[in-house]
Amino acid sequence: MPANPTSLSLERPASLKAALSMLAADPALTPIAGCTDVYVGLQFGTLTERRFIDLWDLKELRGISVDRDVLRIGALTTYTAIIQSTIVQKRLPMLVAASREVGGAQIQNRGTLGGNVANASPAGDTLPVLAAANARIVLRNHKGTRTVAFDSFYTGYRKSVRQPDELIVAIEMPRIDGQQWWRKVGTRRAQAISKIMMAAVRGRDLRIAFGSVAPTVVLAAKAAAVLRGGGSIADAQAALETEIAPIDDVRSTGEYRMKVAANLLAQFWNETR
Amino acid sequence: MKLTVNGKTRTVTAHPMKRLLDVLREDCGLTGTKEGCGEGECGACTVLIDGVAVDSCIVPLAHAEGRKVITIEGATATRTGKALQDAFVVHGGAQCGICTPGMILAAARLKPGASEHDIKVALAGNLCRCTGYPAIFRSVKSALKRGRAR
Ligand SMILES: Cc1cc2nc3c(=O)[nH]c(=O)nc-3n(C[C@H](O)[C@H](O)[C@H](O)COP(=O)(O)OP(=O)(O)OC[C@H]3O[C@@H](n4cnc5c(N)ncnc54)[C@H](O)[C@@H]3O)c2cc1C
Ligand code: FES
Ligand code: FES
Repeated sequence: MPANPTSLSLERPASLKAALSMLAADPALTPIAGCTDVYVGLQFGTLTERRFIDLWDLKELRGISVDRDVLRIGALTTYTAIIQSTIVQKRLPMLVAASREVGGAQIQNRGTLGGNVANASPAGDTLPVLAAANARIVLRNHKGTRTVAFDSFYTGYRKSVRQPDELIVAIEMPRIDGQQWWRKVGTRRAQAISKIMMAAVRGRDLRIAFGSVAPTVVLAAKAAAVLRGGGSIADAQAALETEIAPIDDVRSTGEYRMKVAANLLAQFWNETR
Repeated sequence: MKLTVNGKTRTVTAHPMKRLLDVLREDCGLTGTKEGCGEGECGACTVLIDGVAVDSCIVPLAHAEGRKVITIEGATATRTGKALQDAFVVHGGAQCGICTPGMILAAARLKPGASEHDIKVALAGNLCRCTGYPAIFRSVKSALKRGRAR
């Protein structure tokens, strides 16, 4: 955070409608929610945006509900709210497990699901969960609402189909038919940025997703197809190697990540049925 | 902008994106809240907003407007807070002391009789360079025992 915030501006709409008109008039505004990414970016100087719009008080973006068997989580829902929700505990335990491992309590109290999705970091912990859950992202601008399959939400490293005048209003998940599984491998449980994460569903649905192994979250469709077809774990691991491309970075090497991903796949298959 | 700090209504004239940490220290003169990392990693700047622990170095003033903020100065005026503070002294939970206010606020919401696991979860976002943690966990445990009458 620059010691002097006077170079920054903040719009504070009183309703979602007001927020969407402000964004329509001025799409250069950057939304802020729990600020756990934004303020770190300001502090480091990696975030060059100077004009912001505050979503934190927009009640329309909070809340967890089930409608026609679809779980809907408002974009502004915090990790703490997810962890405490009996609905999410029952329908999407892998999201509860992932949320428990995001930062410490202070981060869980402020960080939001919508912020994690919008921030689009390849290391975002909830992203593999949403991929494995076959989630849909609900976007809205002043003209209306559209729903995008999570699969096609990201278009590249830190890029998504969200337009500057759109807000993420909610994340929706159909009922999951199968056992849910989640693992995060990091250097230290709390606060650690992930080296690699895997979320998966095994049942009538079989979906396997990895985070931190490519510029965006990866749905390992080939590995899943091998396993669904009764193939061996070794064959599934070989298929997996063709669909992920982990890189070397400050946290880990690509080779290490590839090995861990293969191990996680085997562990998932052994621990579920 | 109006907010309640440790039970007192304050009107501060500051930028809505000023860090709550700086507002507390500079505009309210409450220097008990410490800055460690300035990026949400260490928890030294922990305060409660409406009873919820947050890192004040990554909270804009705007998000405290109209809300109740408790800092270490306010927390140690309560029975639980005082019990925690005393226990940190007795059990060697504080060495240089930079992390201590944040530790106490992060622990303030624990219920008497909380398990070691609960304590570790509550303090997972608080780093200490000095003690190596066991003394901190001991301090919190003993305070929660003594603070039972809360
Ligand atoms: C110490 C620390 C530890 C962390 N640990 C983890 C971790 O373990 N795993 C992990 O995944 N993340 C972690 N994070 C990152 C962060 O907490 C999460 O990404 C969080 O979910 C971001 O949510 P937020 O509400 O704070 O977003 P903000 O910081 O407010 O916003 C993040 C981005 O999303 C945009 N945005 C937010 N909401 C919306 C919306 N509704 N519509 C459109 N755009 C929106 C903002 O414009 C911004 O670009 C950590 C951060 C810190 C500081
Ligand atoms: S100073 Fe705020 S978390 Fe470290
Ligand atoms: S006592 Fe020095 S950082 Fe904890």
